[in-house]
This record gives sequence, structure tokens and C-alpha cells, in this order.
Amino acid sequence: MTVTQHPRFVDLDRCIACGTCAEKCPKKANDSYNENLVKRKAIYVPYSQTVPLKYAIDPENCIYFAKGKCKACEKFCPAGAINFNDAEKEITLQVGSIILAPGFKSFDPSSYDTYSYTNLPNVVTAIEFERILSATGPFMGHLVRPSDNKEPNKIAWFQCIGSRDINLCDHGYCSSVCCMYAIKQTLIAKEHSGIPIDCAVFYMDMRTHGKDFDRYYENAQKSGVRFIRSRIHSLSQIAGTDDLLVRYATEDGTLEQEIFDMVVLSTGLEIDKSIIELAARLGIKLDNDNFSLTDTFHPVATSVPGIYACGAFSGPKDIPSSVTEASAAACAATEHLAPVRFTRTKSLDLPPEKDVTREAPRIGVFVCNCGINIGGVIKVPEVVEYARTLPNVAYVEENLFTCSQDTQEKITEVIKDKGLNRVVVAACSPRTHESLFQETLINAGLNKYLVEMANIRNQDSWVHSEDPDAATEKAKDLVRMAVAKTALLTPLRETDLNNIRSALVLGGGVAGMTAALSLARHGYPVHLVEKSEALGGNALRLYKTHKGEAVASYVQGLVRAVESEKLITVHLDSIVTNVDGFVGNFKTDLSHGSSREVIEHGVAILAVGAKEYEPKEYLYGEHDAVMTHLELDYLFLHNDTRLDGVKNVAFIQCVGSRNQENPYCSKVCCSHSLVSALELKRRKKDINVYIFYRDIRTYGKREILYREAREKGVLFFRYSLDEKPVVSPNGDRVQIVFRDPVLDRRLAVNADILCLATAIISHRDQSLAQLFKVPLDMDGWLLEAHQKLRPVDFPNDGIFLCGMAHYPKPIDESIAQAKAAASRALTILAKEKIKVGGIVSRIVPELCSGCFGCVNVCPYGAITFDYDKQIAVVNEALCKGCGACAATCPSEAVILMGFDKEELYAQITSALSA
Amino acid sequence: MEKKDDSKELEGAVAVIGGGIAGMQTALDLANSGYYVYLVEKTAGIGGVMAQLDKTFPTNDCSM
Repeated sequence: MTVTQHPRFVDLDRCIACGTCAEKCPKKANDSYNENLVKRKAIYVPYSQTVPLKYAIDPENCIYFAKGKCKACEKFCPAGAINFNDAEKEITLQVGSIILAPGFKSFDPSSYDTYSYTNLPNVVTAIEFERILSATGPFMGHLVRPSDNKEPNKIAWFQCIGSRDINLCDHGYCSSVCCMYAIKQTLIAKEHSGIPIDCAVFYMDMRTHGKDFDRYYENAQKSGVRFIRSRIHSLSQIAGTDDLLVRYATEDGTLEQEIFDMVVLSTGLEIDKSIIELAARLGIKLDNDNFSLTDTFHPVATSVPGIYACGAFSGPKDIPSSVTEASAAACAATEHLAPVRFTRTKSLDLPPEKDVTREAPRIGVFVCNCGINIGGVIKVPEVVEYARTLPNVAYVEENLFTCSQDTQEKITEVIKDKGLNRVVVAACSPRTHESLFQETLINAGLNKYLVEMANIRNQDSWVHSEDPDAATEKAKDLVRMAVAKTALLTPLRETDLNNIRSALVLGGGVAGMTAALSLARHGYPVHLVEKSEALGGNALRLYKTHKGEAVASYVQGLVRAVESEKLITVHLDSIVTNVDGFVGNFKTDLSHGSSREVIEHGVAILAVGAKEYEPKEYLYGEHDAVMTHLELDYLFLHNDTRLDGVKNVAFIQCVGSRNQENPYCSKVCCSHSLVSALELKRRKKDINVYIFYRDIRTYGKREILYREAREKGVLFFRYSLDEKPVVSPNGDRVQIVFRDPVLDRRLAVNADILCLATAIISHRDQSLAQLFKVPLDMDGWLLEAHQKLRPVDFPNDGIFLCGMAHYPKPIDESIAQAKAAASRALTILAKEKIKVGGIVSRIVPELCSGCFGCVNVCPYGAITFDYDKQIAVVNEALCKGCGACAATCPSEAVILMGFDKEELYAQITSALSA
Repeated sequence: MEKKDDSKELEGAVAVIGGGIAGMQTALDLANSGYYVYLVEKTAGIGGVMAQLDKTFPTNDCSM
């Protein structure tokens, strides 16, 4: 493939991001990162944490490119990094596959007259509001409205701007994320505002269908956010003020009005024109809404083999789903590249590590200005001079950016030249930068644990910017403390353990089978364990997907593929009875009837699924007309004659979901009901279908089903929790009495079939959670390590999750998640060895009193008790170095390597010695 | 099973188009499982739309 690289006009290797160029640049330009609410210079970094943190010239705005002179940046750049001769380059890449993750564009509401976005400064888009809320935004995070910088008392959010609307914007789909981000913005606005504010969200259906989303919505309601089910009639500015008059129609048609200081348009997601052109160049088929065309069973594939898609390009989605799909795409895109794994990667040639244990400490101190982040407040030269007076310090240096690439090379040289054996970096947080400096030490032939960071930015210059003198004194204190600790640092060891390069997948449903097949196609053996007598799971009982694909036949194909895959060993009727070990070295006991088997594996994927809730309400189990979705699907699958005489069919939504018992949305039931309603209409045009709902949650492209159902005459009646429909027997039929909120009247219908859109509930398998030491959340779902950034990982290494055990979800999302779990597992299976050690705890046997304090406090299950010796023992492979054990131990028997008590006491003594 | 050279027509490298949260995650997974990655981004820095967000739902943590 060929890529065009546009000129940056700044040499990446030379730029030290000091900011002088932007300071001197005379030309201002719109700052697109801040949604053009402020100006930046023509030479700029997109945002302060940009990677790479290197400037770029925007030739559209640069005076030199317009008039042939200026070059102020070139004149003042201390690094000689400006290159006006930089030119466009064509780069040819040899690749085995391509993954498209081009993202979305926020809908531009300029075309909507109704909302006067272009005329009224206090009408902003949601992404503009994000910038307004942000500390790096136009108002430094102070919530003010743009027209007069007044703190707003009342803010309104308008939902579905550029979504669910085919009249004005031609976007029939739901953008999936706007309900949640609007709720988030109301909560953050309340938090940021200096005054109490009133937030009102004007909406059609609240779509809070993801994990923990409904709770989030309820919390917002409890904290006083008003949610108004309505349609907006008009928006105008009140003459003589900057205030906005909102007129809207409520559900029963009443026209109301209210005044707000500000209106936020919850703009949807759309595909940018440039991406449509890119797709055309690559020959990728797009759907009617310009999203990448995918099918349910191949959610990250495009229409072109070898090209994959993830993120919002294949449909509007939130961050957790985008991250999940991203991992899935990595797995799918390399299934055919397994034989050439590691053929194009490079390995580092590292210098041997120098033994410093017998040397007296010679500490090098590097004090960072972080551009003006630190240097603008703290008197860095004074800190440098102070550092020279400290014991064991052999060398001190000031850097503009200690983290820049050229500084790393310089530090490496200085360590060798000056014979330094320990390093203190006085800069920012070890959370973000420690690994960088550790790498520099490795390159200089030192053990990577001989570096210590003093955080004089986040914990000093940023929080004491008002008092430079005190900040400078604090910086000296922090450096002195770090030096005191560093003098005592000892090299820490990491050892390599064998990695058993095979997987255990628990659960033989669609998710488990998909994960197992992906791993096998990548060349790794898999044990697939299913507790029932057959593979297939819930999906075998499903009729069709929301895109109309038959499910059961796909699942049967998947079963055959798994059964014929040589690298997969299927264990049916089997359960896990014990799990020992850790990442790379698990030993799991399986029991199959009376026989037992021990499986050794390096990783495990939990795909144990979920089940349909068995209703206790609405005459379920008492009257034959009442059934669940899976039972109705059975009738469809078997073309059951019972469907022949049916004239009226009703669906009741949220049966067992979004209530006290299960306070979450089951995500799939709205779409399932609409698929079934349309199927009934397709089979028999004159059939009457009634759907009783609370919010219709056909998120994303599923919204098309909702529109089609209304077009085909399916009738929708909203009910509320305090007035649910009442079902009573009426011969072969059931009668449903309900209040229609539009007419505000009680009505009744008779139904031949009443389908209950039942919840999906967790198996609540506590023993499984205990065996694998993984957490379950309040609703019984497996709890991932981080909802957004590690959506298929657990806190403990080597164990992953996918499918409905995580949360109810449709098949496409289960498959994406399964491939994502496989992808994450592959990052471990690809390694020959597992590294353990470094910053971990050790227990001094002589000091351990066997009190169990550490065993109970360890969140990773890394400490066990040796009953023979009556002492606690740490498993280094499971230990994460959190130090909870060391803090708990009453006998000081626990040593947290790199943070031992001598080191910490030295630091504390130093802190108190000023 | 690795480092076979019987499949010379295959390339152990992948191009990722887009440096937002999806592109970055896919690139990291690829690199960590043994593939060389070309991450192609049209703007001057990676991060995408997520870098513009203040906080993210449902955990309300900082997007940066």
C-alpha cells in the first residue's frame, strides 16, 4: 500500500517542544482541538499531551507560505528544527493486512435553522461543551457561557441532533453514545460549576443500554437532573439578553416553554467525507449511512479480504466497544499471518548490566523544566544548585524536557562518562514516565530499578503556581527526599519463567467457540470446556439477527469448525473444580462425571454466558398465550402451526430488567422484539402487533428496525414502572390493560400471543469467580479490569472475559469481544517466557508471626500460607507490588522491593530534616 | 510454529489507519503479539476525538 506523508516542516528528531516557535509566531489560527473556540498559532502542537510532542506548521495559515517571508519560528528555534523545504513523501509499505480505524466526525448542526447554532453563541455542540468543561479548554475548565462569560444557572441538552432524523440530516440511525455523554455532561457541569445549576435533558428515549449505564442515569435523576420526554418546537434568543427561550411539546402534545442560559446540542456521530473517499479508493463497501458494511458474524471484517475495520467507522459506538473491536481487529487481521509472526519485528541489542552493588552511590540528578510547566513556576537553576550540595550526588543537570529523545541519549552518555550508578529525575509522575527512564538506564548498562522520580510538576508547580518561592522550596525538599531514598536503592532482579503456550476457554457458546477458533488459527492449542452435553449455547435457540441473518445455521457451522479443528480439544459435560498457578503456568482440574483431568495452560478465557430470566409476572407459566423471546423464536424456527391463526400479538418490554431486582438494561430485548414484530408482519401483513415499552433502545443501526416497524404499523405504547400493563386471562387469549400516555386514557387489547421481553441474567457463579480469583459486580457480571481501557482483561494477568458473562449483548458484540479476548490472550501466548520479579513483596521467614494479615489484605491472591512452616509466602508471579501487605504486617516481615523500610524511612527522615 | 520461512508471500506487518483510541489499541495488541505495525494518522498527533473529551462515562475518569 502507498501512503502520502504530508510535510510537517519541523524535524521530529530535533524539535524539543520548547514552545519558543509558537511564542514568536505572529500568525493566529483557529484551534481545532478546542473546536475553534480559541486561537492557536500557525506553528503548533495539537494539544499539550500530544504524542509525539513535536510542533508542526500548518501551511494553510503560515505567513511564510502565503507571503514568502516571516520565518520567525526558524529564527528563534534553539534546536534548528524548522525545515521549510520539507516536502510531501510517498511511502510504500509491505503489509499482510490493513486495519481501518478512521473514526467519526461530530455532526455539524449548522444546517438546522431550528436550533440557530450558527447565530446564537450560547448554543454549543456537545464536543464544544467538552472543551468548555476541560481544564485545557478555552475557559480553563471554568464553566461559563461563550457570549458573556457568565456562569450559567440553567443549561438544556437537546438529544438526537443529527441522529434518528431522516428529514433534515438523512441520518436514520441512533448515534448510540449521546444519551450517556449528555448525562455525563450534566453531572460534570454540576461538579464544575461554582454555583448550583439546573440541568434539563430534552429527549425521545433515554438509551442507557450498556454496563452500569442505567445506574448512571438513575444517579443523575437522583442528583436532580431533569429528563423531559419531549420534542423541541423552537429555540430563540430573548431580546435584549443572551438567554434562550426553549419551546417544546410534551408527550401528550402540550406546548411548554422555559428559559435557559445555554443549550447544548447532543450531536451525533457521522462519517467524514474524506473517509468515504478513502473507502472508495480501497474498494470497501459502505452501508446507506456510510459506515463500513459488516455482517453480524464478522463484525470487524470489511467487504475486502485482508482489510478490517474497527471503532466508529463500522457503526456509532462508545469507547469500551471501540477498544474491544480494536483488539478484535488485531486478532482477525493476523489469523492468516500466524506463520510470519515475529518475522518483521526487531529485537533490541542491550548492553550488559553493570554490577554496582559494591560501589558507593554516585547519583545523577536531572531536573526538568517541562517547557514552562515547571520552569515557569519553580526556579529550576536554584533547585539544581541545591541538588549539588546533597550527599552522594555526583552530577546535576537542568533539562528543558528531560523526557525528550535527545535528552535520553545524553543521560545515557553522562551515566557512562561520569560513572553514575543511580539516577534521580525531578520532573513529573512515575506513572507516565518511569518506564521511559528505566529504559534509559538499561541502555546505559544500569539495572532499571536504580532510578527514582521526584514529581515536581503534578505535585508542585501545578498545584502551587501562585507561590513560586514556596514551590521552589518544595521542589528542593522533593529532590532531597528522592536522593536520600536513591542512595539506598539496590538492583532488583527479574527472572524468566516458562510460558505454557496453550489456552483454556471456559464456555462453549458463540463467544467461547469464537475465541477458541481464533487462538487455534493463530497456532496455539486450546482446551474448550463446556458444562452441558453440547456446544452452541443460547444462540442455537435464536431465530434471526437484527440484520436478518439466520443464527442457528451459523452456530451449527461454528460447532462443526470447532469440532474439526485439530488444535482444539473439546471437553463436554465438564466443569472446573480447581485452578492453581498464574499467568503462563496455570494448572486447572476438570471433572467429567467421575473422571478427572488436569490441564496445563498459560491463559484462560471465561465465556460462561448468561441465561434468560424466568418471569414470575404477566401470567407466565399460567397461560399458554404467554411466552418468552426464546419460546417465540422456537415457533419461528420450526414454522409452528400455532403462528397460523394468530391475529394479535403483544410484547411487553423490560420484564425483569430495569427494576429493583435487576437494575440494568438487558440491551438486546428491544431489538429482539422489533425483529420478531417485523417477522410476524412479514409472515402475515394484517397481523396486529402491540409493543409496550419504557424506552425503545434500538441503538446504532438497529434504529432502522424501529422506523420500519412504525412504517409497517406496529403500535407502540409507553408504560411507566408505577403503572405497568395488567394481564388477565381471556379464554385462549390474554387481555392487556394499559394507560396510553398520549391519549391519557386506559385502553385494553386482547392478544393471541403475549411475548415477554425478558431480562438476561447472570448465572451468578460465585465458585467460578473464586476459582479464578476474578470479581463479579453487583449484578453478577464478571467485572473487567477497566471498563473503557481494558474491557476484556481482569486485574490478574492471563485471564480474560467475553460474551454475556460480561453483560447482556447481541451476537455481533459477543463475537467482537471473543476475538478481543483472544487478541489479549495472544499478547501473552506470543511470549516464550514470562517475566516475574522486580517490584514485588518478599517475606522474611524469621520475622513472620503467621498472623494472616497479609494473606487477607492481598487483592491479587498472591500470598498463601505455608502451614508446615507456619509462615506466609508470596508468589512473585501474582504479586503486583501494591504494598498492601507491607503496610499491614505488624512485624515488618514484608519487604516491598524498591520500597523497603530503610528506603522509606530515609525519605521520611529527609522530609523532616529541612 | 514461529519464524517459519515457508510463506514468503505473507508479510508479518500490519498497517493501521487512524490514531484514535481504536487505532492505538489495535496497534498495541498487534505489536505485543509479534507484528510490526505502521500506524498512519492524518493529523500532527495521535489521540483522536477521545483526547478532546474532558471526562468519559460511566467511570467519569479523565480522558487523558
